[in-house]
Amino acid sequence: MSILSNLINGISLGSVYAIIALGYTMVYGIAKMLNFAHGDVIMVGAYVSFFAVGSFGLPPVVGLLLSVAVCTVLGIVIEGLAYRPLRQAPSLAVLITAIGVSYFLQNSALLLWKSDTKIFPNFFAYTDAAGETHNSISLFGGQLTVTYVAIFTVVICIIIMLGLTWFTGRTKLGKAMRACSEDKGAAQLMGINVNRTISMTFAIGSALAGVAAVLLCSAYQTLTPTTGSMPGIKAFTAAVFGGIGSIPGAFLGGILLGVIETFAKVFNTQISDAVVFAVLIIILLVKPSGLLGKTSREKV
Amino acid sequence: MKKKNVLALLLAMCMMVGLLAGCGGDSGESAAPESSAPESTAPDAETPEEGTDGETASGAAIKIGGIGPLSGSSATYGIATQQGAEIAVAEINALGGLQLELDFQDDEGDAEKAVNAYNALIGDDAQIIYGCTTTNPCVAVAAETNAARYFQLTPSASSTDVTAGKDNVFQICFTDPNQGTTAANYIKDNELGTKIAVIYNNGDAYSTGIYNAFQATADEIGLEIVTVQTFPDDTNTDFTVQLGAARDAEADLVFMPIYYTPASLILNQANSMGYEPTFFGCDGMDGILELDGFDVSLAEGLMLMTPFNAWGEDERTVNFVTAYEEAYGTIPNQFAADGYDCMYAIYEACVAAGITADMSHDEICEALIAQFTNPDFSVDGLTGSGMTWSTNGEVSKAPVVVKVEGGVYVTQ
Repeated sequence: MSILSNLINGISLGSVYAIIALGYTMVYGIAKMLNFAHGDVIMVGAYVSFFAVGSFGLPPVVGLLLSVAVCTVLGIVIEGLAYRPLRQAPSLAVLITAIGVSYFLQNSALLLWKSDTKIFPNFFAYTDAAGETHNSISLFGGQLTVTYVAIFTVVICIIIMLGLTWFTGRTKLGKAMRACSEDKGAAQLMGINVNRTISMTFAIGSALAGVAAVLLCSAYQTLTPTTGSMPGIKAFTAAVFGGIGSIPGAFLGGILLGVIETFAKVFNTQISDAVVFAVLIIILLVKPSGLLGKTSREKV
Repeated sequence: MKKKNVLALLLAMCMMVGLLAGCGGDSGESAAPESSAPESTAPDAETPEEGTDGETASGAAIKIGGIGPLSGSSATYGIATQQGAEIAVAEINALGGLQLELDFQDDEGDAEKAVNAYNALIGDDAQIIYGCTTTNPCVAVAAETNAARYFQLTPSASSTDVTAGKDNVFQICFTDPNQGTTAANYIKDNELGTKIAVIYNNGDAYSTGIYNAFQATADEIGLEIVTVQTFPDDTNTDFTVQLGAARDAEADLVFMPIYYTPASLILNQANSMGYEPTFFGCDGMDGILELDGFDVSLAEGLMLMTPFNAWGEDERTVNFVTAYEEAYGTIPNQFAADGYDCMYAIYEACVAAGITADMSHDEICEALIAQFTNPDFSVDGLTGSGMTWSTNGEVSKAPVVVKVEGGVYVTQ
């Protein structure tokens, strides 16, 4: 029973990684850059919905939509101001810029919202007539618990994964994105507006960050200006693990990373992260492009 | 550049006035500075020199340099130690005797920045060092003050590393091992639990220090620890594995020598799991009720050891809490009370040892060391009465255990 319970915990944790990893992989697949500020865009989205719901008493759905809207705009602005001028620069320069943007967002948040921890309201809980709050399903007489937010995260993850696969494979804009991903110069010659396409990619990636913000903070309810950084790094690892640029790979990588991490903790809490990354190294040694990363045609 | 010149001129003029006032010293002249004294009692007195001219022969206050995190992840603690100390300084200065002046610098909870802050303070002629708030910066600064002979009193850096081998560093808080030992004895004596689980942060000296002493004492007195779980740092957010292990081991009490942010997540996740043991924390747990957005009903029944209960009913506590709320709009936590007690300890020791503002920092240091280690010297404060210090800088006072009932602390 405890194995099953740990498996469920692992999947819940992994689904949060997966939803963040989807944003990473989407941007990497098209724009070929690692947007290290992704985790911090999530943090901004979380603060927006925290204030919308916690301070202004708006319904959670509005909080989610606001988070998505603000993150989308923020993503487009960051791309336009920080990344677009470096389109022709070596990829290392863009990487460093992304790290800079990440710190800029963190420190701005520190200034604006201070460092003290906020407790994020769980959007996936309800209070019954007796005044008791329910946030999980209890199975086998309380031996197993599955939180609502875990169920929602897995479901939303799958929906987003399918949606993105359809979008990049079937729509005109999606095809333009793949064209840009393969060869920017050729895409431009074929009449595709590369700048606008990449901007759209950032908009979509950041909108995903807005969704991830609400799910992440509903699951683990503390919110600080550094909330996004650690899950961001883990999710990036998950994206590499699954094959960066591959949308189903991000999902699979996220879930697996969460499950491995949880079982590593059961084995020994002191060295769990070491175990996680040892597994990652072994997998990358055997399969350098990640679990589902294959040829360039497969990238998004 | 121009600004600097103007400032220098102003300062020079201040000093001249001070000199004249010091020389004059007759009753006619001292009346004027006397009347301006209340101004310096504001929590952030900008120009305490003005108010003190008529009082002491040297015409200045003893300069205390404070160090603590005013920004960064442990800012809550640093700000509290600063504000509590400022309340005490205002009160002491209003008494009209020995005057204190506190200059508090930010270290962001970082050892390197703490040493920078220390250098800035001694460059500014600080005579006594107050701080640091957190352990790692404090260890770094203590090495400096020990070499340069500055007396140092920390409100809340509780590791024994802070004072080890340094005769000039003293603590107002009890040490980590002391907390672990007391917690184990308290749990055993009051039969709070028979099977104990421990969840601690093995990446943190505070948490590990308490755990080690707790484990040692538990072995000694026959308290059964069924499982020990760790997590690597305070950014950890998933505790389901640790709680699952505690539940599978049928623990009826979970001992958590950790800070309140991870503790809030543990309480929340235990609630989701339907796991309801007694949770027992240490002084790092203090502050959990003030967490923005935290559902305090989750903390119902939580027990913790803290030296200060803001809902206490003795007169001094009530006065302090009222003054603090008026000045800063929040209820003070134990860090604020520790800071308050630090200022009074320094003040009382200075008065007893006859220290004046014109003494050099090393003279003050030696005099204060002698005073603090004097067995007849004791201080009554908010965090304990009859506090005395041993030669290794550790304070002796009894920890108080409180239980959260109805959203407030109730002393047990």
